[in-house]
Parts: sequence; structure tokens; C-alpha cells
Amino acid sequence: MSAVVEHHDHDHGPKKGLTRWLFTTNHKDIGTLYLWFSFLMFLTGGAMAMGIRAELFEPGLQLLDPIKYNQLVTMHGLIMIFGGVMPAFVGLANWLIPMQIGAPDMALPRMNNLSFWLLPSAFTILLSTAFMEGGMPGFGWTFYAPLSTNYPNIAYFVFAIHIMGISSIMGSINVIVTIMNMRAPGITLMKMPLFVWSWLITAYLLIAVMPVLAGAVTMLLMDAYFGTSFFDAAGGGDPVLFQHIFWFFGHPEVYIMILPAFGITSHIISTFSRKPLFGHASMVYAMVSIAVLSFVVWAHHMFTVGMPLVAELFFMWATMLIAIPTGVKVFNWVATIFKGSITYETPMLFAIAFVVLFTIGGFSGLMLAITPADFQYHDTYFVVAHFHYVLVPGAVFSIMAAVYYWLPKWTGNMYDETMGKLHFWLSFIGVNVTFFPQHFVGLAGMPRRYADYALQFAEWNAISSIGAFLFGASQLLFLYIVVKSVFAGKKATAQVWDGARGLEWTVASPAPYHTFEIPPKITKSTKV
Amino acid sequence: MKKELGLITLLSISLFSSADWLDVNMPMGVTDISQDVFGLHMLMFWIMVAIGVVVFGVLFYAMWKYRRSNNKKPAKFEENHKLEMAWTIVPTIILVLMALPASSLLKKMYDHDAEEGGIDIQVIGWQWKWQYKYLDEKVGEKPLSFFSNLTTPADQYETNQAEKGAHYLLEVDEEVVVPINTPIRFLITSNDVIHSWYMSDFAVKQDAIPGFINVAKTTINVPGTYRGNCTELCGERHAYMPIVVRAVTEEEYQDWIQQKRDAAEQLAFLTEKEWTVDELLSQGEEIYNTRCAACHQINGAGIPGFYPALAGSAVVMNDKSAQIEILMEGIRGSQMQSFAEQLNEVEMASVITFTRMSWNNDKNGDGTVVVPKDIVDYKNINL
Repeated sequence: MSAVVEHHDHDHGPKKGLTRWLFTTNHKDIGTLYLWFSFLMFLTGGAMAMGIRAELFEPGLQLLDPIKYNQLVTMHGLIMIFGGVMPAFVGLANWLIPMQIGAPDMALPRMNNLSFWLLPSAFTILLSTAFMEGGMPGFGWTFYAPLSTNYPNIAYFVFAIHIMGISSIMGSINVIVTIMNMRAPGITLMKMPLFVWSWLITAYLLIAVMPVLAGAVTMLLMDAYFGTSFFDAAGGGDPVLFQHIFWFFGHPEVYIMILPAFGITSHIISTFSRKPLFGHASMVYAMVSIAVLSFVVWAHHMFTVGMPLVAELFFMWATMLIAIPTGVKVFNWVATIFKGSITYETPMLFAIAFVVLFTIGGFSGLMLAITPADFQYHDTYFVVAHFHYVLVPGAVFSIMAAVYYWLPKWTGNMYDETMGKLHFWLSFIGVNVTFFPQHFVGLAGMPRRYADYALQFAEWNAISSIGAFLFGASQLLFLYIVVKSVFAGKKATAQVWDGARGLEWTVASPAPYHTFEIPPKITKSTKV
Repeated sequence: MKKELGLITLLSISLFSSADWLDVNMPMGVTDISQDVFGLHMLMFWIMVAIGVVVFGVLFYAMWKYRRSNNKKPAKFEENHKLEMAWTIVPTIILVLMALPASSLLKKMYDHDAEEGGIDIQVIGWQWKWQYKYLDEKVGEKPLSFFSNLTTPADQYETNQAEKGAHYLLEVDEEVVVPINTPIRFLITSNDVIHSWYMSDFAVKQDAIPGFINVAKTTINVPGTYRGNCTELCGERHAYMPIVVRAVTEEEYQDWIQQKRDAAEQLAFLTEKEWTVDELLSQGEEIYNTRCAACHQINGAGIPGFYPALAGSAVVMNDKSAQIEILMEGIRGSQMQSFAEQLNEVEMASVITFTRMSWNNDKNGDGTVVVPKDIVDYKNINL
């Protein structure tokens, strides 16, 4: 053994043990850390959702008191958004962006390490409030003032959000610098793969809006502890101002959680249809339009705060406009499938379900944009159904599709296809049984964030809870499938999927610890 | 097969034993506006269904037709400018057609002007109840005003021991009574955090925001009792502050106003009366359980970190005047609100007396009683 240790290792493989993960600057290691962290958070936030649905299984208070219920609702939202979906996309960005543009690593590897390790710190701080007097935040993930300013332990929440924001901004700078400077010669911007494009746009959105969120939480902190009155009407402040600031962050944030999903879906649908994407350029333009529009639609979350008529009209029209580029994307995916030679492996099943169910979420979104009708939908379960349709079978399904699609490249082993399909069908049924009935109770008038509800909503809530338990339990199967493929499974080829195109499929499976130390040669016929 | 069908039917009957589960759509409501909103909602819904049928139809057809076992050689085409123009322009036209009726209905809903013969009701959100002030109806010098509290007993929801009533969580002690066929302006605001006043049957949902007055105008066409909810997360008992509006004929409305005036006169008489401690205690316990126990708990222990305990509190045991001041003024910057308008002199005195005599506070403290006259005196000096 000692002879081996003394041998100078040209390949600089990973260190052994815990320090590999603590000090790593390797984009693949950091990607893995992000993905496992997000999965842990997904299970944590999911367990909270199970608690929520168990309480809502029938009218009356059975398991939780209303304070604990509000805390679970709040933490479920915060954990799933900032701990589940966003870090999962950053993990995918770390793994894939360097490999897809032929770069050896991310541009700023040490900062990459720091931006990951800030996240567990932030969530430790946030979750530590569970063990304090007064407990976890219970004012909803939107933390509307002045409810939040009088809440216990808000300083921990504010500090945690600050750290998450710093982490996101550093991650975004890294993505932008990498994409702008480290593309292999010959990969022009318009030749860039769509996942890379989607992340370039997402990173700019993050840099634009995370400071706005930081401003909002700082003002909240000042109101709560330093006697200012930014949001306190009795001191000359304005509670509606809080909502404007929050949603100026909040709406682009919604697209931060869906743009990378667009990129992923485009790759997978093209691969399994064995056909190039119908309109690469128009997909790019559509994503850019969606990103630009996301800055001028925020007040559609606030139609009932009493804005003047012209403001309501403006935000209604601007919101409706988003349907046009979103439609372009859906039509593009359909046109890609058209006349293809399609097979339905697990990633493709998740990608198709994404297209269908995300579109259903888009339909309810367009209905919500119609202000007069929104006066009825607003803050009811119709909204809960809408945003879960775009976030769970939307963003989360796309992440699962991505994991199945690139897993053989990461681990060198194929996952178990039968188990993967089983996981898909259980998740697909679970998600629809959970969230479709919420449209019904929402239209019939059930408000959201209610620990208890009138008897007329009992039946659909019971069904929704059963669906949620099914969906929740199926994710343990996902964990099993992924862990199994890390350790065993049919060896994967470099190409993995016969229809796949892109530089990541030109390197061996599993991808060597260092890839593209010398930039690949890009010729006219190279498919990137 | 027959057996299975029977089983499914049995299951569905047991699960869907009431007809309420059929309420899967927005109510049409009882105002012209709510019916317009319903029409707009259904128009949008059917447009979405039509688009869904076309898009998913093409998608599912392609998924089936071009499966690999049926189509070995994929086509290679990319981009088609005519097609792309079409799928940009056609949705734009559909959107314009959707925006036009929506905009004109919105404009109609934004007519907030006062009308001849209309009435103005101020709606104030409190944690966790609604206050209503009839600005045109005076009782003495002040407008007619009352608070509307949930009346569903705690044993129906907290302990789940009692069977839930038909209007579980949708029943209050004081209903908002309004005349039909009369334009009513609800002037909505809040005393503490943001609430939202939601009456689905009128298509009204307006946030109640401290420092703002939002207007919602409605004219109810059909007499009846209508129930609604708070729809902005306002803390612990967000789900327990329902709205009940009873729409009646003009005549019945006038009768109801007269009853309210008579009740106010009765109260003046009661304040003058000599009260025994037992009378105060029994009334005080009832008020405590409905108004105070949500925060300070039935056993007076409060919730650490949120609501202070009254059992063993120095103020409750020994400082009568400080306790009266807290109940009258509230504590700024905390969730303790002013009860000056919520409780009359008799109720205020009874509930204070109850807290001072309960949980051993009388044994450990000075054990003094507060009588309605103490509250009247406080008001004469301070208000």
C-alpha cells in the first residue's frame, strides 16, 4: 500500500473521508452535496406536509394546535423553496454546467464550497427555533407584516434568510462567470445547451431579487427590535409596502424555481424522442421574455389589498402576457415529440408528466390572473392547488426526471428501470389525488392556511390527505432507487441514452473526477 | 364485476354521505356582480378546457402514434416560422378576448361611490373577531357598533367530544343584519394585523389592513343567511373568525335596528344595578371562556413565549387599577387588544372579577372585586 501512496498521482482523485466533502472545490462533489442536502430538506419539508395533511384529514383539531399548524405550514414552505427546490437546481447546475460547456470546473471553486456550506448553517439556525420558547416562525412563508413583526424568534428567521440569500447570490455569480468565461471555444451563446441557458437566466434573476428579499427581512428586523415603523401603520408605516417589496422578490423567485425545469425538460424530451428540439432559439427567447415579464407582474399576488383600478388592470394584463412565451415552450415540446421515435423510460415519463401537469397549473394561473375572478380565488385552496401543480409535478418532477436521466452518468450504474417506473406512477397518482381536489374546495370557498374547516369540505380533504400520504411514501422508494444505483446496477455506457446529445455524454460513466481539463474540440457536427 | 361495483358504490356512499362534496365550483352568489363573476369564471374555465383538449389531444396522439415500436425512424425537422408565428399570434388573440370582458367587469366592481339610500358599514378586523359599525345608525351619540365572535363551542373542535353542528365554525353571536335591494358599502380596515373579509356569495374579498380603509360595495338580491371567512393569515385563530351576514327586508331591518337601540337602553339600567360577586363571577366565566381563553387558556396559564399567564400574575392578584387600564387600553406592540369597545361596563367588571377570583389568585393576592361602577369611573376620568 505504501508504494501506492508514494506514487505521484497525476489524476488528483478525491481525498478520502470527511475532509473530501468539507473542503472540496470540485464541482461534481459540490453538486452531489447540494443534491443530497436538497433531498434531506425535501424529506424534512415533506414530513411537515404529512403532518399538515394528517391534521386536515377531518374537521376539528386532532394532532396539532393552531400555533403548531401555522408553524408547520410556514416551515414547509420555507424548507421546500429554499432548502428543497433551489439547492436541487444548484446541485444540477454544478454537476452539469461545466460538463455541458466543456469546462474543467466552475470558475470560482472555493466560493462554490462556501456557498454550499452556508446552507446547512442557515437551515440549522432556522430549525433550531423549534427547540426555543415560542417555537418556529408561524406567519406563513410570505411573512406578511405586521403579523410577523410581533412574532417570537423572528431574528433567527431573518438571519437564516440572509445566509440563504448570500449563498444564492454567490452561487449565481459563479454560474454566470462560468458560463460567460469558460465555454469551450466554438460554443457560442446561441449554441449553448438549454439547461445552461435556463441557468444563466435564473442566475441573473437571483442576483436581481435576493437583495430585495434581504432588504425586506432587514426592515422587518428593524421594526421588530429597533423601534422603526416601516410596516407599522400606527407609526406612519405601510403594511402594503411590505407586500410590494416581498412580491417584487417573490414573483421572479417563482420563475427561479421553474426556468431550470424548462431546460431539463427540453433535454429529456429531445433525447427520448430521438429528435432535435423543435426550436432552440425560440426556447431561449421565450425564457428571456418570461424572465423580463417576471419583474412587472408582482402585484397579481395582491389584487385584494385595495390597489387603484389602473394598477389592477396593468397587473392583470401583464400577467396574462406570460401565457404567450409559456405557450411557445409547451408547443415546442409537443412539436419535438411529433414524428419522433419515442420510448418511455422513467426520465421521459416524468418529463411528459411535467409538460401536462405544469400546463394544468398554467391554466389555473391564467384564471387567477383574471382580477374579478381572482377576488373569489384569492387565498383559497384554488391557489394552493395552482402553485402546487406548478411546483410539485412542475419543478419537483423535473428534478426527479433530471436525477433519473443523469444518474447513470454520475454513478456509472443504471438505475432499476422497473422500480423507477413504479416510483413514477405512484408519484403521478399521488400528486393528482392530493392536489386536484384542492381546486374543488378552493372554488367552493375554503380559505388556505386553515387548521380547521367547515364540514362541507370534509370529503375532498380526506381524499387529498390520502393522496398526500401515497405521494410522501413513494419518495422513500426514490431514495432506495438512487442509493441502489450508487452502489450497484447494470454498468452504464458513456452515451447512456442512444438519443442523447451533448458534451456530458462524451465522457466516461461515471464521469471522471476531472473532466475537460483540455477543452473539447467543437466542430460544426458536434452536438452540444 | 357486479360485486366490485357494489363495493365501490358502498365505499362512495360511506365517504360521500352528505351532498356537500358536490360543491366543486364557485357559488353563483346573490348579487348581480357575483353572478357576473361566476359567468366570467365559467367562460375562462371553458376556454382553458378547450385549449387543454387541443394541446393535450395533439400531445397524446403524437405520444401514441410516434412510439418507437410504431415509428423506427424519427423525422429531423427543426423550426417552422409559419407555425411559430401561428402559435404566438393565436394565443395573443385569445388573451385579448379574455381581457376585454374581465376589464369591463373589473371597472364595474370598482364603482365605490356612495348611492342615494345606501348604507355604510365599517368592518374592523381584530385578532380574532370582526367588529361592525353602522355609520348611519346612531345609538346615543355613537354609531351602532358590535363585535361578532365565533360561537362554535370548543368541545366541538378542540377536544372533538361533541358532535359538530351544521354550521360548524361558521356561526357567530352577532350577525351582520343588512337590508336587501340596498347598496351597502363595507368600509374595511383592521385594528391589528392584516385580515381579509371574504363573502363568496357577494364575490367580495377585501383585505382589512391597519391604516387603510378598503371599500367593497354590494347589493344583495335574495334574503337569507350567508357565511364567509377571514382569508388572510392573521395568527393562531385565523380559522376561527367567521363572518355571518343576514340579509332581510327593509322592514325587518328597521325592527332589528330598533331592538339594538332598546338593548343599549337596557344596558344603561344594568350598569346602575348593585351586583353580587356570584352574579359577576358566573357572567365573568362565560366571557372569559369565549373572549380570553383562546390566548390565556382556560386554566389561566397562557402559552409561554406567546401569551402571559393570568394565574399568579402580580397585576391580576394585586393591582386592580392596572388591570382595568390594560383591558381598557390594550398593550401597544403586543397582541393584547383594547376591550373598551368589545365589552360593556358590566361584562368588563365581571371578567376582571372572574380572573381575580380564579386559579387561587384570590388566596395569593388581595382578592378584591371590580364592579361595573369602577369601569364607569375609569371612563369618566380617562375617556
